[in-house]
Amino acid sequence: MPHRRLTGSRIREKRLDQGLRQSAVAEAVGISPSYLNLIEHNRRRIAGKLLHDLARVLGADPSHLTEGVDSELLDQMRAAAAAFGETAEVARAEEVAARFPGWAGLIAAQARRLSVLEERVQTLVDRMAYDPQLASSLHEVISAVTAIRSSASILVGQEELDADWQRRFHENIHTDSRRLADSSEALIAYLEAPQAESATATSPMEDVEAYFEARDIHIPALEVAEADLDAVVAEAGLVGPAATLLRITATTYHRDAMALPRQAFEDASLALGYDPVALAAKFSVGFDVVLRRLATLSRGDGHPPMGLAVCDASGTLTFLKHVPGFTLSRFAGVCPLWPIFRAMGQPMRPVRADVVLPGAVPTQLRCFAVAQPVGQVQFDVPPAMQSTMLVLPDPPDVVRDPLPVGVSCRICPRSGCSSRREPSIDGDMLQAL
Amino acid sequence: MGKRVLLIEDEPNIIEAISFILSRDGWTVHTHEDGETAMDKVLAFPPDLIILDVMLPGRSGFDILRDVRAHAQTGRIPVMMLTARGQDKDRELAGRLGVNHFMTKPFSNTEVRDHVRHLMEA
Repeated sequence: MPHRRLTGSRIREKRLDQGLRQSAVAEAVGISPSYLNLIEHNRRRIAGKLLHDLARVLGADPSHLTEGVDSELLDQMRAAAAAFGETAEVARAEEVAARFPGWAGLIAAQARRLSVLEERVQTLVDRMAYDPQLASSLHEVISAVTAIRSSASILVGQEELDADWQRRFHENIHTDSRRLADSSEALIAYLEAPQAESATATSPMEDVEAYFEARDIHIPALEVAEADLDAVVAEAGLVGPAATLLRITATTYHRDAMALPRQAFEDASLALGYDPVALAAKFSVGFDVVLRRLATLSRGDGHPPMGLAVCDASGTLTFLKHVPGFTLSRFAGVCPLWPIFRAMGQPMRPVRADVVLPGAVPTQLRCFAVAQPVGQVQFDVPPAMQSTMLVLPDPPDVVRDPLPVGVSCRICPRSGCSSRREPSIDGDMLQAL
Repeated sequence: MGKRVLLIEDEPNIIEAISFILSRDGWTVHTHEDGETAMDKVLAFPPDLIILDVMLPGRSGFDILRDVRAHAQTGRIPVMMLTARGQDKDRELAGRLGVNHFMTKPFSNTEVRDHVRHLMEA
């Protein structure tokens, strides 16, 4: 049990923090220094009275010495290691997180920030290559520079250039230099605009998710028939692509709220045990509507935590609501075994699956998913598909053989997985493909 | 009279500069600024060399090059392309279409003169 093994590390950390000698602590709890040394190096298990005595001497809560590390934080640390090669001691990530939670959080936060910045760099590279306005601006600058260079070269290189030609090329240089100044100014203005729009290192999708998360996914202004979408978007303070995405997401929220009025839906959810199939039947609405609506029920109102994920046909996650024990990686290549992707392979057929994440204490989740077409139906045009998945941590009835899933291959320790895309850096560093 | 160069380019001051230096070298230079009617000009004035800009009003230089190579009367005329976009994919496309030389702006007058001379003598 890894978290038990780490209890010793935490005891040692506490003792060193307080500047206590090993022999002094050992004497205080009635054991030999060598036995305490074995405990501190995780070579002896510890519990019961001795654990409480040590906690008392060290001024710590016994539960703080034994509790496991946040699995989400561990996943993020492993993902950070995966992104930057295999030089980090991945097998000791849990130990680092237990001893230095602040530094561990910083590693995870920096890895997330780097992922977002990398995505932004890629966006800018794409923009340089394909943006027609930018291409036109650059063409204007380069054309002016070419003309100036060529005319100037004639003026300094031609010995027998009469006065008319000299005047003509001087005029050309003057005209092109003014044109170069104007086009350069326009180019700089164009390149500077997006930086002003979004100064933070988050993607537009994350900005939208942060908006909903800050409100616990419950927006009263969108629960009424006469909802003012413009006001909601303006109040959010988002600009550019994030504002556009928020409008799209808010429109869906409002449509769902009109189909499933909040009070009636809350009452029915309680009465029907949050069963999405029964709720869809009761209200005669689509399964995906019920899944999205359940995710808006607040823990503050006594409802269980429910996570949500939405993806398009490419598997790209377009919305994520995290809950303890559940997250999907947007950047590290998500595990394809999650029911949200299985649903995409059987459109219109709801999926119910219990899944389990690897870890010292395996996390079990209940998932409901469905994939459906979205947007206008058109002749001879394939429909755009969207898959929606609701996730309930700690389901009330535990099944015996939940489906093993992971966060992403690079940090997944499972062996023998037929869906593995690349080796894992966990454990022995390389799992056979 | 020297061999004939057709310069298809829409930047007036580039046209003037290139025309000037090539004329001084003894070539007979004709110019054309519109992509849409460029092929008509090529057929009406079959040149010994075409200098062809990529970004032209009406039609791209790549489309014009494709037509030049497809036409029996013009298929063997050497073509030198000028572009402000030095991307590999543009260079590859021009190569596949049969360009003889691909020159990225801003070029020097010496480069233009040397490559024109080389293509004319080839």
